[in-house]
This record gives sequence, C-alpha cells and structure tokens, in this order.
Amino acid sequence: MRKVFDFHGGIHPAENKHQSLRTPIASAGVPAELILPLSQHIGAPAEPIVEVGQRVLKGQVVAAASGFVSVPVHAPTSGQVTAIEDRLIAHPSGLSAPCIVITSDGLDQWQECQPVADYHSVDKADLLARIRDAGIAGMGGAGFPTAVKLTVKPQAPIATLILNGTECEPYITADDILMRERAQHIIEGAQILSHLIEPSEVLIGIEDNKPESIAAMQVAAQGTGIEIVVFPTKYPSGGEKQLIEILTGKQVPSGGLPADIGVICQNVGSAVAVRDAILEGKPLISRVVTVTGEAVEEPQNLEALIGTPMSYLLQTAGYQAAKNQRLIMGGPMMGFTVPDADVPIVKTTNCILAPSAAELPAPPPAQPCIRCGMCAEACPASLLPQQLFWFAQGKEFEKAEQHNLFDCIECGACSYVCPSTIPLVQYYRAAKAEVIQIRQDAEKSEHSRLRFEARQARKEREEAEKEAKRAARKKAAEEKARLAAEQGDAQEDPIQAAIERAKAKKAAQASGGDAESELEKLEKLVITTRKRLETASTKLEAAKAEGSEHVDALQLGVDKTSAKLAAAEQALHAYQQANPSPDIPAPAAPDDAAQAAIERAMAARQADAAKSPEEKARESLQKLEARLAKSEARLQEGRAAGEEEKIIIALESTVERLREKVAAGKAQLKQAETC
Amino acid sequence: MSLMRITSPHAHGPSRTSRVMQQVLLATLPGVIVLTHFFGFGTLVNIFWAGILAVAFEALALKLRKRPLGFYLGDYSALVTAVLLGIALPPYSPWWLIAVGIASAILLAKHLYGGLGYNPFNPAMVGYVVLLISFPVQMTSWAPPRGAGELPGLIDALQACFLPASFDGVTMATPLDLLKQNDSLLMEDLWQANPQFGRWGGLGWEWASIAFLAGGLWLLYQRVFTWHAPLSMLATLTLMAALFYDGGSSASGGSPLFHLLSGATMFGAFFIVTDPVSSAVSVRGRLIYGALIGLLVYLIRIFGNYPDAVAFAVLIMNLAAPFIDQYTQPRTYGHARQGGDR
Repeated sequence: MRKVFDFHGGIHPAENKHQSLRTPIASAGVPAELILPLSQHIGAPAEPIVEVGQRVLKGQVVAAASGFVSVPVHAPTSGQVTAIEDRLIAHPSGLSAPCIVITSDGLDQWQECQPVADYHSVDKADLLARIRDAGIAGMGGAGFPTAVKLTVKPQAPIATLILNGTECEPYITADDILMRERAQHIIEGAQILSHLIEPSEVLIGIEDNKPESIAAMQVAAQGTGIEIVVFPTKYPSGGEKQLIEILTGKQVPSGGLPADIGVICQNVGSAVAVRDAILEGKPLISRVVTVTGEAVEEPQNLEALIGTPMSYLLQTAGYQAAKNQRLIMGGPMMGFTVPDADVPIVKTTNCILAPSAAELPAPPPAQPCIRCGMCAEACPASLLPQQLFWFAQGKEFEKAEQHNLFDCIECGACSYVCPSTIPLVQYYRAAKAEVIQIRQDAEKSEHSRLRFEARQARKEREEAEKEAKRAARKKAAEEKARLAAEQGDAQEDPIQAAIERAKAKKAAQASGGDAESELEKLEKLVITTRKRLETASTKLEAAKAEGSEHVDALQLGVDKTSAKLAAAEQALHAYQQANPSPDIPAPAAPDDAAQAAIERAMAARQADAAKSPEEKARESLQKLEARLAKSEARLQEGRAAGEEEKIIIALESTVERLREKVAAGKAQLKQAETC
Repeated sequence: MSLMRITSPHAHGPSRTSRVMQQVLLATLPGVIVLTHFFGFGTLVNIFWAGILAVAFEALALKLRKRPLGFYLGDYSALVTAVLLGIALPPYSPWWLIAVGIASAILLAKHLYGGLGYNPFNPAMVGYVVLLISFPVQMTSWAPPRGAGELPGLIDALQACFLPASFDGVTMATPLDLLKQNDSLLMEDLWQANPQFGRWGGLGWEWASIAFLAGGLWLLYQRVFTWHAPLSMLATLTLMAALFYDGGSSASGGSPLFHLLSGATMFGAFFIVTDPVSSAVSVRGRLIYGALIGLLVYLIRIFGNYPDAVAFAVLIMNLAAPFIDQYTQPRTYGHARQGGDR
C-alpha cells in the first residue's frame, strides 16, 4: 500500500452525491440552438473562421486557436451558423462575450474523423498538435489548454503523472460516473499521456467515498503499471496543490507550477478527451455534466454537447423553476451563480446545481469576527483567514500580501466553517482584485515616470543642440567679421564677398537658423517697440498737459521703451550686418511710420554696406556720443528737478551703459584706423 | 423569476457564533454548581444580577451606537461576559460592585473599542481588575467554604447583594492568601493549621477547579477552542510550581497540584485564556500566549502583591497578542520553511 500524506485543514461538508448516481450517463440529445463561447479556456480566445449562414459539420473547427496558450472550438453538431455575436455566458461576472451560435439541422452529421491507429508510431509533436487541435482544455474546472501543460521542457523532466479522480466538491459526480462507466477509456488516455511525457510513475487519485469507481479503475488498470491511490475523503483534496501533497508529500512552490517539482496533474475527463482525440479522431464537443439539486426531479449525469443551454439540460432532468432561487454552475463550494438559465455549458462545466431554498439557504447577515480561528484550522493553504479578513476589511493590502493573500485558492473552507457567516472568500477576491489594480496603477505610473524622464532628456538634448548651433552661427559671424577686418578697407572683391555671403548663409542654414525669419523677428521687434514708444510718448504728453502725478512714472516708461527700441534697432542692425542679403525686396511704398522706419533702417544698412569699417565705426561712435550727451543732459535735468530716486538711478545706469559703449566704439575705431 | 447572484461558497456549515456562546455558558454549569455547593447562593446571585445588568448595558450601548438590538443581543456574548465576571467575583458581593464591574466590562472594555470582536482586552477581566484595584476590601473578602463555616441561605444571599448594609457576612482568607502570608510554617504544618486548605488546592476550590476543568474538556471536545493555549498555560504553571516547590519548606511556593487546583487556574485556563477575540490567533501564537500567561500567573502569585493573578496575566498578554501574531504566522502552503526546504 502506498503511503498517502495529509494536508493541513480541510472540511467535511455534506456530500450529496448519491442523488445523481442512481442512473447511468444518459445522452442529453441535440438542442435546437448551440451557443459556443470563443473563450472556454485560460488563454487567448479562439478566432471565428466561419461566417454567418455557413453550414458546418459536426466536429468541424468553427474558431481557431490564436496563439500558443489557446485552443480551437468545434461545431458540436451539424447545422448552420446563425450568428456570431455577444451572448450571456457562464462567467461569475454575468457578462456577455463573443459566441458562435449554431442552429442544428437535426442530422448530427460528422465530418470525417482521422484516428491514429498506433500512436506509438506517431511523432510526439504531432500527437500534441492533435490534442491541441481537438480543443482540449482542462476539464476539471480551470480549463488550462492540455497540450500546453503536456509540453514538457527537456531540462525539467516529469517524475509523476497524476490523474485527478478526486472530485471532492459536494454534489458533483461527473468524474465518479465517468470512472465507473469508462474506466477503460481513462486508462487508455492515461497511457497516451504517459507516452507523451514519460513519467516514472502514473497515479490516479480517488477519494475513498467512491468505492465503485475505485473497483472499476483497479480492474481497468491491471497490468498497466498505473497505480490507483485511495485516500480519505476531505474537501478540498481535489485541488491540484492538495492532491499533489496527498500523493507525493511535496508542495508546489508558491507562485510556481506542479511541473517545477516534477509533477503534472490532469483531470480524468481530460484523459478521456485525449483518448477520444487520438484513438477516434474526435475533437472535444461533449462532456459529462451532473445536473442535480432539489429543484430537479431526476438528478442525473448527462452527456451534453458543449454549447447546450443550461435550461435544456435542466428540462431534461425535470426542472422545477419555482423551487429554485439560484442556479449554480459548478458545486456548492466553488461554483458560481449564473444570471440566466439560458447560458450555455462550456468545456469546464462539470455540474449544474439547482438547489431549493431549504437546501442551500440564503446566507444570514454576517456577524462580527470573533477570531475563533476555525477558519485557520480549515484552511488548506495554512493561511490565517481571520487576519486576511481583518486586513482586507481595513484595506491594509500590504499586510494582506505579507500574510500570503495570493496563496488563497478560494476553496471556501473558511467561509464554510465561519460561525459568524462572514463571506470571507468574497473579501479575499475583492482584496486580490484591488491589489492587482494597485499593481497595474503602479506599473502605469512607473511607465509615465519613465516617459516623462525620457521627454526631459530629449528636451535637454535638443536644447544642447540648439546651443551648439547658436555657437556655430556666432563663430561663423565672427569668422566673417575677422575676414572682413583682414581685408581692411580695401575694396572688397565682389566675387569673394559673394562667396563669403553664400558660405555664411549656408552655415546659418546648416545650423538650422532661418535667416529670413530671424530678420523678420528683429524687424517686428523694432516696429512694436517703436509703436509702444509712440503710445507712451503720447500718454506722457497728455499727462504733462494735465499736470498728472503719473508724469514721472510715464517718463520712466518712455525712457525705458526708447532704450529698448535702441537695443532692438541695434540688434537688427547687427544682424543685417552679419547676414547681408543682396536680394532684399525693393522697398514698397511706405504707408505708415513703422514701415518708414524699416525703410530707413534698410537704407541705412545698405549705405553701411558700402562704407569702410573705419567709417562705420566712426559713425556709430558719433551716434553713441550723441545719445550719451542726450542722456547726460536728461540726468542733469532730472537731478535739478529733484526727481524720484529710482528715476535718477535708471538714468544713471543708462548714462553708464552709453559711456561704456562709447569707450568700446572708440577702441573699435582705433583698431579700424590702425588696420 | 430572477435568479439570486451570490459568490461561492454556497454551502455553509452548522457553526454559529450564538451557538458557540451558548456552549460556553453551558460549560460553566458544573463549576457554578460546585461553587454554589461550597460557598452558597452568592455566586448564583452574582451571575443573575450581572446577567441582567450586562444585557441592559449591552442594549444601551447598541442603542447609542445605533446598531440593531435583536441581531447583536442574539449573539449571547454579553451574557458570557456576565457569567464569567459573576463567577470571578467573591460571592455575596454588593449590587453596586457588580454594576461597576459590568459597566467597565461592557461599556469600557467592549463597546468603546467597537463591540464584539474588536475588543483588545477580555471584557470580564477588565471589569474584574477595575474592581480589584478600586475596591480591594470587597474584592478579597471570600466567604468561608462549607465545612469551614456557616453558609448563608438564599435570602441572605439576596440581602447581601441588594441590601449590603444590612448583611453581616463572615469572610475568611483563601488558601492563596494564606500561602502568600505564610513565612514560618512548613507546607505540611500550614495545611494542618488551616482547615480551608482541603486536600490539594483548598476546600471547595479544588472541586470547583475540577468542575471547570470538566466543562473546559467538554468545550474542547465540542471544538469550541483548541487545546493549545489552555494546555500550554497549565503546563507552564505546573513547571514553575515544580521548580519552586522546594520540598515543602516554609519558603515554598506551593505544590504544582495546589497551583492547578487553587484560585482561578482552571477557570482561567478554559474560560478566559481561550477567549478568541483577545488572544493570539495562530497555533504557535496560542502556545506562546498560554505559556506566558502561566508564567505570569505564577510570578504574580508568588512574587507579586496580589494573591491570585489570572486577570492581570491575561490582560498583560492581551496586550502582547498582536505582537505574538506578528511573529508566529504559520508557514503557508508552498512557502519555504526556515532553512529553505519545502
């Protein structure tokens, strides 16, 4: 006898399994309409490859797998595709999802099946492809694509293949009856799986509350080397992690997969589906479903086509809608309620439970947690559910994670034993969802932080490039000035000058500066400043006339503006000097003062261009001297009139600046004269 | 007809908080009967009056907190507090003493913290300690047990409670008091000089302790609590008593059996230490929690100022419970043990 291990916690809820075991598996027949959700498995939804109106045969692919972790969907009977649209599906959310709707033609006509006579002679990759193409996804509940699970990495060999015939959830007998009636098929499936992954042992785990199944499986397994392991009944021993611990004594690492410890676990139903796919060439289009609960007259197991509406199966079993208040897909511990009886069954549907109100009464209002610890005793994951509840309630998600919230398998054992009837599992689900949301938000904000930093870096880089271009332009201008100076007052060689100009222009263009727009900008500045000066002067005059107390302030404004104007004019002048452009458009008829000013400035520039550097220097010096004299006079005036201090200071600084400029101009002139 | 939408699990076990509380009440019965047999009707009157007050204060608090009365009164938690305090108080306590104790327990220790499940301290023990510190004379006046003095009747008991001025009761030092005061007699002589020492833990006390032990074992059998905290408390107390027994000299701390069967040891171990709300939660946590209570009980009994110590020990460890929880998380499935293996 093989040693079996125990796992922590667990509960013994009323089994209620005998009700649906009184009759053998019956065929449910073909409903008028079949609804095939595109996502019946974990992974990417399948993609429809049929069109509305198209006739399909039984077993024909109607939606293809999209990606590695995905499986196709097949037509469960022959008929016509009547819609590809969103339908209400069996999902805890109660939402709609894309479905292919097939209206049966009543012929139930198969497409040609291609069985494999001897799978030993077929390449393993080909066998895996067949399993995948048959649309097989874990039939125990999660619906993980079987072929993906069977893809063994060579560096991580599998020691133990476990077939899960535990079926620990109350009410459900689909696997039980499958083991009783199709033990041979299960063993054949197990042999195929074993051939694929080459484990050192194959175990089939069954709880001791299924003696008929155990006997049937033992008979079928004789001489195959497959071992039937029986262990005490306890919920949730059928959970993958728990079953692995029972049979091997090992625990799947948190966040890891069974394959990490050399174990692969498959449901017995999946084994039969694999066997049918290989030996008969039939895709997964039907499964055994337990229809039970006090609201059906004849609880039983039905072999139903995938996509059959629940209502159709319920009618077959004698549904009494008046007695039923909630309809559960799955069992009483982990099943979920459906919003409507017309939702279709899918590949993972093992049970339809229609309990009466007395059978599964509505939960009473929750009382305060008294930390009795019964939940911790029941928890198969050795968590502290009462602490998790405390943290979930207080939204202390970090602490909840520290207490291993994500190792909760949502088996419901804690809620089952809670004397205060607190819906603990719901708290954990909500907390997990919130934690995931927080993680996603954190990821998002991290992403935007990176983007922001990248943007900052880009801006800095651009700024640096601009600076470099500016420096290049400046250098080019200086070079030009130097060349001009070298050539002295000698008549410029017109050809050489043209070349220089072209070069300078090219350099300016190469460095990205738009010569024309730069010029325009400066001109605009001159014009606006002049306009402002005019308005300010008008205002000043008016104020003087009125004897207003704002005269001083206005005077200051006028002074400042005129200084700015001078600076702008100078800048424009300098620019034009640096970038002489021979093809300045002919001056248009001046129609306003600003235009006239531009004309003047341009005329002056053109006149300048003809002058020697010495002359230019002398002229600008004269201008500066004139301005200095004017400013000095203004300062004297101001001092005499006893004007405000700040005005005096402003005037003084103007005089100072002009003096410096005059000195610089004198130096320049001297230099020009000596050349 | 619309179908109900609720999340799993849909099945629910039979356990209910109110049932747990009823079981606790039931389990006190043997102890109460024995106490009544040895000390008269005082304890029963205590419990009766405390029960009325507890429900009244609970209702008042719920009303002030705008909570549904029926729903919360139906959990029997106030009654449990009342019965535990009623047992802990000396028989023939005056009505006002009990009232102050219950008010402290229900209003101060329980509802100020948010009601059932949110109280960091055991309410009955808070009530007890408030009284012990405020009214030391009344709190240390125990009636003589049957066999060591005359027992008052029921009328006397009621009179003692509600007309305390007209009641002239007789009191006698408890075995723990005597042990504490003893500094010259050998244990054997001490036992012989005082009839109230009884056989092991004090006349009346030893049988009451055994009755509380029986009630506690029944609760254990009913899976109302686990064995960890009570057993570890009793084991530590035994160990300490054995270490300091010193062969029964005049400086002896008393035999292990004496400590187990005297005072509030058994009552505390099975009815106070097991209070889930204020204790540590994990298995390892409860072992540590119980052990430290056992240690404190012994230290306070022998080296402290009070003859008995369960209330103080429990309150001190209530304070430490969250800290213990922090460091005694069980190893979750799939997580490495310390040292790395799984």
